[in-house]
Amino acid sequence: MEKVFSKTKGLTDVPFTYCPGCTHGIIHRLIAEVLEEMDLLENTIGVAPVGCSGFLLDMFSCDFVGGPHGRAQAVATGIKRAMPERTVFTYQGDGDIAAIGTSHAIHVAARGEKITSIMVNNAVFGMTGGQMAPTTIGGQVTTTSPYGRDCALAGPPIDLPKTIATLEGAVYVAAGSVDSPKNVAQTKKMIKKAFQVQQKGLGFSFVSILSTCPTNWGLSPVDSLNWLRKNMMPVYQLGELKATEEVNAL
Amino acid sequence: MPKVEILEARCKSCGLCIEFCPKKVLKIGEKANAKGYYFVEVAKPDQCIGCALCGTMCPDVAITVYK
Amino acid sequence: MRRQLLKGNEAIAEAAIRSGCKLFFGYPITPSTEIIEYLSRNLPKAGGAVLQGEDEIASINMCYGAAATGARVMTASSSPGYSLKQEGMSYLAAAELPVVVVNINRNGPGLGGLGPSQGDYFQCTKGGGHGDYRTIVLAPSKGQEMYDYTMKAFDLADKYRTPVVILADGMLGQTMEPIEFKERPSVELPEKDWVTTGCIGRPKRKISMYNLTNEAGEEISLKLQAKFNKMKDLEQQWENYCTDDAEYLLVGYGTCGRVGKSAVQLARQQGIKLGLIRPITLWPFPEKAFISLPKIKGILTVELNAGQMVEDVKLAVKCSIPVQSHTRVGGMLLSENSVLKKLAEVFQLEVRV
Repeated sequence: MEKVFSKTKGLTDVPFTYCPGCTHGIIHRLIAEVLEEMDLLENTIGVAPVGCSGFLLDMFSCDFVGGPHGRAQAVATGIKRAMPERTVFTYQGDGDIAAIGTSHAIHVAARGEKITSIMVNNAVFGMTGGQMAPTTIGGQVTTTSPYGRDCALAGPPIDLPKTIATLEGAVYVAAGSVDSPKNVAQTKKMIKKAFQVQQKGLGFSFVSILSTCPTNWGLSPVDSLNWLRKNMMPVYQLGELKATEEVNAL
Repeated sequence: MPKVEILEARCKSCGLCIEFCPKKVLKIGEKANAKGYYFVEVAKPDQCIGCALCGTMCPDVAITVYK
Repeated sequence: MRRQLLKGNEAIAEAAIRSGCKLFFGYPITPSTEIIEYLSRNLPKAGGAVLQGEDEIASINMCYGAAATGARVMTASSSPGYSLKQEGMSYLAAAELPVVVVNINRNGPGLGGLGPSQGDYFQCTKGGGHGDYRTIVLAPSKGQEMYDYTMKAFDLADKYRTPVVILADGMLGQTMEPIEFKERPSVELPEKDWVTTGCIGRPKRKISMYNLTNEAGEEISLKLQAKFNKMKDLEQQWENYCTDDAEYLLVGYGTCGRVGKSAVQLARQQGIKLGLIRPITLWPFPEKAFISLPKIKGILTVELNAGQMVEDVKLAVKCSIPVQSHTRVGGMLLSENSVLKKLAEVFQLEVRV
């Protein structure tokens, strides 16, 4: 018998620090598998966020840099401009990229920075204990929207990928989810395509991924997947939001 | 005959593998690992078809599947 | 040796190019903008690149990334822009990343004005960001030093794996003087065996600074403090001007160091034994300059702020000598005559002004 499924070389043996059932770990695996399959592990420099996944620097077997909250894409710009021949990607939660990091999210895309950015959208600020994020759904209870997000007060949620797709420099923008095996497989394809876009230097590639937060949603891991399908999927557009001709010709 | 191997130390008893296994091969075990999680155990090894959906949905990459 | 008439800002830019600076990330702000403009014209010709960030926060973090690969990198701004970079400065110091950060100090607080000022002294020397960290701060006082200290800054940054600040002011930045294009000094620097350039043929590396346990936090912090103490011990630099027989002393850096020299000459013409200590490093503050002084009756600091460096001078002499400050704010300059008048006033001396 041979192994049909096992931990990718792209991940180290450092255990994940996430809550039980938090799907950050699936997304880590998908990225690491893509890097291994594309033989990019030695070529890649990852840039970490500050948040639940702020400790992923030790979990990946490629070089990693960690900067301030919200600034991963600016840090990545500096790395890529210093070493254009390297593969550079950022990994950020929704709070990190769509709240404090928004200016960089816009301008990295506007400049067509040749990096790959991953956004993990779980509709809350996770690490700090489940506060409202720009992606929190209308009516969703968090510790800073205790009576449910009041869109009249705090505005409706931001669909960042949809915004990024309007910028010319962003040549590939996709939105996936890891709530089911089918979607996990499809999300992996999106991630792979994004790294291929970078490899060919076509422009900025961006993949946003719906993910769960059982602890702060106050739900079991399985119920969290259902909550995501019922509440997040209607709000956030999924699929390939943008792919230029050049990208589709890959 | 396909086989599933659980890395006990990494398992957090989240139950996603159990949810997605089409053959209900896995169950929450009775023994706890160092972190205190009742790690998943293979309940019906002979039912396993090696589809690896368990591994696909495991957030802690704690599953290895042989076929 | 060829000399060229250049603004101070442009002297900094030319020195950066000749120091092997590969990348510059910045954002326009008067009175520092000639730096990014000069580099936009000339850095590409030298195989480097300039990128204008969406703001100063982006710029300092781009420097963070570039420095992590070992590239020589610089950013420049002026007071309000420098303020936006303070979180970045703390992160650079913590992650031990060599970056040269220029602050062409202008009048503050708030939007303030464009006139020259030294109002950022505390921010630059005490650390404008969070946590226990220190950065070397160099203070040029003329065009040639804007050039020379930039080269010095790049070497110090690599020597100690630290951000280094160049603190000048609007006048120094805008004034044109003949600049000698000296070649980069050959300095022995430690190998950058810590850079994150892709783990080809080596174990993976990471650059970041956080601690999940307080024990680890203490260890990391003590390691950093040991480095800062070493910098404090070895890198204090200053200029003595007519201090051998001085009875009174001026202390002034940058533009005020220059005005101070004129004041010393005026005083000496009137028989007053006045000397000047001109700090070159503002951090580490040159305490050593105040150890081997002859019997000094009084010290007057000369500053373009409401009195900031005066505190460090009092600490340096342990308040054993009377220390007063002569200051001017709002972007106004002060004259050597006003220095002499203040000296006479506070120390009851007879002068003709």
